[in-house]
Amino acid sequence: MSNDVADRVKKIVVEHLGVEESKVVNSASFIDDLGADSLDTVELVMAFEEEFGCEIPDDAAEKIVTVQNAVDFISENV
Amino acid sequence: MFDLSGKTALVTGASGGIGHAIAAALHAQGATVGLSGTRVEALEKVAAELGGERVFVLPANLSEPDAPADLIKRSEEAMGQVDILVNNAGLTRDNLAMRLKDEDWDMVLAVNLTASFRLAKACMRGMMKRRWGRIIGITSVVGTTGNAGQTNYAASKAGLIGMSKSLAQEIASRGITVNCVAPGFIATAMTDVLAEDQKAKLLSTIPCDRLGTPEDIAASVTYLASNEAAYVTGQTLHVNGGMAMI
Repeated sequence: MSNDVADRVKKIVVEHLGVEESKVVNSASFIDDLGADSLDTVELVMAFEEEFGCEIPDDAAEKIVTVQNAVDFISENV
Repeated sequence: MFDLSGKTALVTGASGGIGHAIAAALHAQGATVGLSGTRVEALEKVAAELGGERVFVLPANLSEPDAPADLIKRSEEAMGQVDILVNNAGLTRDNLAMRLKDEDWDMVLAVNLTASFRLAKACMRGMMKRRWGRIIGITSVVGTTGNAGQTNYAASKAGLIGMSKSLAQEIASRGITVNCVAPGFIATAMTDVLAEDQKAKLLSTIPCDRLGTPEDIAASVTYLASNEAAYVTGQTLHVNGGMAMI
């Protein structure tokens, strides 16, 4: 399950930020490592919500700063 | 030029003189138009005048906190999406500051400014995904110049300008522009009540020597809504016959 989640999360990140797949490792920070700006992170959360059919509340969204954070949140809440 | 075929627009305050003209102008350029306001019958009349096609009546009382989000939801259900938001709904509760009641301050800020922000926020998600959007606020010359007896109204209109500039900076990279149109004195029901000598005095301050028409405002909104205005954002277009050159 979580591998599947991780793959889907990474695919969204690659598509949205236009970065190389090899850079999208679990520990990568969207802003510090992958060149996202704050609006990109908002859009990523929107994309996760759609991909996984869930709602990510604002206070949780603020804590999703790395690929691993996203995978964890989605694995625990979907 | 300024073709809006395939676009959807939500106009608040669409039963008033300026809102009506804006809705008609966007509709004439091919847009599907959602007409919002509090007076259902008046909105139905505007819808009928536009021929009934590509028109939806979406009543809302924007002084209620949940109304903006609900209105955008109903607009998206009716029209599929909101590409162009025209925050035109506004009201006045004029009085000298010394006499202005708190509730009149609150009411004007709630409808003119707070509801405009909430409407913009609610339709931004779709606009960001589509990488195209237009958010246009109808402000006023008094938002820039001030006007005795209108502390609340002028504050709300100045607020709309500041909000639009900030929002424009946040979302310009996503193909969404945020601008304002600032009417001067426009011939509507609001100015019809002025006495002749008041009107004459007013005209002496307007180089164009006439009151503006709702169509003057609608033309500016149409431009800002168009693809041709894609590189214009965070601006306020003053349409006032030259009475204030800013």
